[in-house]
Amino acid sequence: MRESMEFDVVVVGAGPAGLSTACRLMQQAQQAEREISICVVEKGSEVGAHIFSGAVLEPRALNELFPDWQERGAPLNTPVTGDEIYLFQSAEKAKKIPNSFVPKTMHNHGNYVISLGNLCRWLAEQAETMGVEIFPGFAAAEILYNDDGSVKGIATGDMGIGRDGSQKGSYMPGMELHAKYTVFSEGCRGHLGKELIAKFDLDKDSDTQHYGIGIKELWDIDPAKHHPGLVVHGAGWPLEKDTNGGSFLYHGENNQVVVGLVIDLSYSNPYLSPYDEFQRMKHHPVFKNTLEGGKRISYGARAIAKGGFNALPKMTFPGGLIIGCDAGTLNFAKIKGTHTAMKSGMLAAEAIFDVLTEDHQGGLELENFTKAFKESWIYDELYRTRNFGPAMHKLGTFWGGAFNYVDQNWFKGKMPFTLRDHKPDYAQLKEAASCNEIQYPKPDGEISFDKNSSVFLSNTNHEEDQPCHLTLKSEVVPIDTNFSIFGGPEARFCPAGVYEFVTEPEESLPRLQINAQNCLHCKTCDIKDPTQNITWVVPEGAGGPNYPNM
Amino acid sequence: MKILVMVKRVTDPNVTVRVNADNSAVDLNNVKMAINPFCEIAIEEAVRLKEAGIASEVIALSIGASQSQEQLRTALAVGADRAILIEADSTLEPIAVAKLASKVIEEEQPGLVILGKQSIDTDNSQTGQMLASIMGWSQGTFASKVDIEGDKLNITREVDTGLQSLSLKLPAVVTCDLRLNEPRFASLPNIMKAKRKPLEIKAAEEYGIDLTPRINMLKVEEPSARQSGEILSSVSELVEKLKTEKGVI
Amino acid sequence: MSILILAEHDNISLKEITLTAVTAASQIGGDIDLLVAGENCHAVAEMAAKVSGVNRVRVADHACYKGLLAENITALIKSLSNDYSHIMAPATTGGKNILPRVAAALDVSHFSEIINVESADTFKRTIYAGNAIATVQSDDPIKVITVRGTAFELSETNGSATIEMLTEVHDLGLSSFVSENVAVSERPELTSAGIVISGGRGMQNGENFSMLEKVADKLGAAVGASRAAVDAGFVPNDMQVGQTGKIVAPDLYIAVGISGAIQHLAGMKDSKVIVAINKDPDAPIHQVADYGLVADLFDAVPELEQSL
Repeated sequence: MRESMEFDVVVVGAGPAGLSTACRLMQQAQQAEREISICVVEKGSEVGAHIFSGAVLEPRALNELFPDWQERGAPLNTPVTGDEIYLFQSAEKAKKIPNSFVPKTMHNHGNYVISLGNLCRWLAEQAETMGVEIFPGFAAAEILYNDDGSVKGIATGDMGIGRDGSQKGSYMPGMELHAKYTVFSEGCRGHLGKELIAKFDLDKDSDTQHYGIGIKELWDIDPAKHHPGLVVHGAGWPLEKDTNGGSFLYHGENNQVVVGLVIDLSYSNPYLSPYDEFQRMKHHPVFKNTLEGGKRISYGARAIAKGGFNALPKMTFPGGLIIGCDAGTLNFAKIKGTHTAMKSGMLAAEAIFDVLTEDHQGGLELENFTKAFKESWIYDELYRTRNFGPAMHKLGTFWGGAFNYVDQNWFKGKMPFTLRDHKPDYAQLKEAASCNEIQYPKPDGEISFDKNSSVFLSNTNHEEDQPCHLTLKSEVVPIDTNFSIFGGPEARFCPAGVYEFVTEPEESLPRLQINAQNCLHCKTCDIKDPTQNITWVVPEGAGGPNYPNM
Repeated sequence: MKILVMVKRVTDPNVTVRVNADNSAVDLNNVKMAINPFCEIAIEEAVRLKEAGIASEVIALSIGASQSQEQLRTALAVGADRAILIEADSTLEPIAVAKLASKVIEEEQPGLVILGKQSIDTDNSQTGQMLASIMGWSQGTFASKVDIEGDKLNITREVDTGLQSLSLKLPAVVTCDLRLNEPRFASLPNIMKAKRKPLEIKAAEEYGIDLTPRINMLKVEEPSARQSGEILSSVSELVEKLKTEKGVI
Repeated sequence: MSILILAEHDNISLKEITLTAVTAASQIGGDIDLLVAGENCHAVAEMAAKVSGVNRVRVADHACYKGLLAENITALIKSLSNDYSHIMAPATTGGKNILPRVAAALDVSHFSEIINVESADTFKRTIYAGNAIATVQSDDPIKVITVRGTAFELSETNGSATIEMLTEVHDLGLSSFVSENVAVSERPELTSAGIVISGGRGMQNGENFSMLEKVADKLGAAVGASRAAVDAGFVPNDMQVGQTGKIVAPDLYIAVGISGAIQHLAGMKDSKVIVAINKDPDAPIHQVADYGLVADLFDAVPELEQSL
């Protein structure tokens, strides 16, 4: 029998959305001189350990949440000083796009180059000062329901379970956290969020969600090449015409830059390897000239939900809300999700606080949230950019880009029709036999690196002796279908080398080896597996990457 | 009998550190910090001694930065009764830490002090031995088993050749090796309760001890990468080289 | 300058690692004395007298020094300390137990496990599990130092030092030696073995590790494994060498069928000599190996065993 604890509000995930919820709730409680109890659980070993983003921050939501963020020492130290956009034509050639031809959403004046991990660490400090209980190292493993079907809370995972499922000496059963309202803010493709969307059919009126995988590295570079606040975006090479994506290079503080690549998970060639695309991308002169002579200090990857307005599910259900990237509030036209995630969290907090004052049982469906959401700037912003992603999908980078220029700059996103895109990303893969194998260049150890040494820099770790958290619905599908028909794409789309097809001598077919310890919690496998055979569940709390300054 | 446990805040063992650009130190900017793994074992042992009815109170002591309060709260969450932080801004050397700890011992009069065998940042393995020396107490380092009988402490130590058993007169200082126990996880209710347990903060300067560093850190470098050697053509050539050139077999 | 080195021994013979501390001391310069403290340890003193570069062997032979009790040995060393500028010991569990206590008794700082002598007051040592190397200096009147054995050569043994018996007994009565169980395992512990032979995914299954065990038996080596081999379920996790397993630094490390992922290298890169047996010439392990053998391990390992 698990023990339980009662709170007014339980928040799952200490990211920008969840922490904004917690902060906004406490602010209102303080203002009303009321006591409320808020608990935030976070699967990472500390707040920020699993936070992974570009990031260029649009401070709109932060200005609303903490107008005095500057005095409070928020880590927004590098205002954007310049925007550059390139169209990469080949491994050597690039065309710089004149500013007037760039969709307005891509302009970054007034924004900041930040580490989202550090912003979350700061938000957590603010929340804790106000009395929020934050528990890093505790993963929400299970949703609890009341008899009437409303959400009752969550249960944290058991600790100290062996690989074979037996209890070890350190065994500690999970804990039930009951709440009047539970807020799910696990980030993109949260495994509880996925369950909620299915159970409450939250996406019945929305389009299929679409995803991308973002891979980035943090580099120390030659101070002579460092331009604090410079934001560089690119499209085109190394991606083929039928593959969407974009590259970025942000100059932050301390002579550091982040360099990264986002690839749409709607790609069709199973031989494509996002990791290797990113490694070879860095050899383009636009990136190489900056990175050369520098030193790579961190690496990571994370899926992003980029379906935007059309794919946004209903965000409420009896007893709680799903917010931020867990729902999919990212604005892909701006390639930014922090300000919208934060805003969704603040709106959630306001909706919850409203009913907390009247209703002491909890468990209601927060229709006031839906109304407030529709009236907020986040709705307006997402609506205006609803065609951006589908245009890229349907029309490709060039014509899609042209459409977006017209749509965003001439019609301010209010073109009188909506492009729709229904095919889920996992169904886009073609059979391997019909595709060309891609030969990626070997990493040179200066600019590009092998997967293992990259994963090493993410400081990821999982307790060795625990059940595998990458679960398979069928043991035979990985070889019978994934390998035999699709050429084993999981070995390539996983940016951490978790999936390996190993062939024993005298065997004609390989077996799938899962190196769960390498996992970066990016969720790409859960999204892109063509057979949807892989289900990502939370490992023992505190497992996963330990990103500093990411 | 009171037990004093010493706790150190260090970089998380899962994090690989790097040397900073000017070769003056290891870069700890936003690096995840945690309780030293050997200190976790020390707390667990003290808490088990209390659960066994041998200890009356477990006091956790940390000497270092203000943020070490987090690690003390962890110690309180797994069963320490109260905590003391001696706050010091500068990085203190083991000799200074041991001297400060000796002052706490004079005030608290514990019958046993338990520490980790070393911290995973500086890898010194000094503080426990120095503390025993300053107190004139017996010491049992690298413990893999501890038994208390009356005023004697029977200890099994992990030594290079195997296991050594000693009998120590109490009071004593014990430092823990990896196999002494398997630390428990802190539960959520205990983490919340720990926030309300007493944590006393004192300033290192209050004790009138000379804390000036004795050791100057002149430079910190990354270890040089290994050079690749030669590719040999046969096993016999390999055996020959290992025997004659390297003398390792 | 004059240096006192605490000898490592078992009352029967002098442990070879003492010779590495003598080498480190000779790099500092000055007269070198060896202190042999134990019970019925005369044979050790005879061996110590033959160590090249040693001036004098000082012998404290009494029951209270059995098991190198830190309290009594510290009192003994402190009584001799006026004669020395440096007090050293090999960084064994014995040296690491005693010398910090000595340093505190003398109210000086202590250098743990140095890996290089820069000058008489400046040394190098590793911090953060070998991820960084610190150069450290102290003005303390007496330097108290332990020396990492694998970082220094053995000194020669063709000397003839004088032997001096110390008669004053320092028995504080704080602790007593009960027993010592020398590890009876047929093979040495991974972390303390002089030779380690490890297998990786290339071993293909757990049974094939018996090939490595045969080689290990001939060499007196410990058997380890890479994480990939552990993950594949070939062998238990306590055999894992690497970032998340055991960190080893033997004189000889033989990597068999191991690709050489950085996580594995983190656990063995400080080995003195590294041998890689891997049929893939591009395997990263070859980049760190002193000797690489590009061969099928199922041919090479039995052949290696036969030729030992």
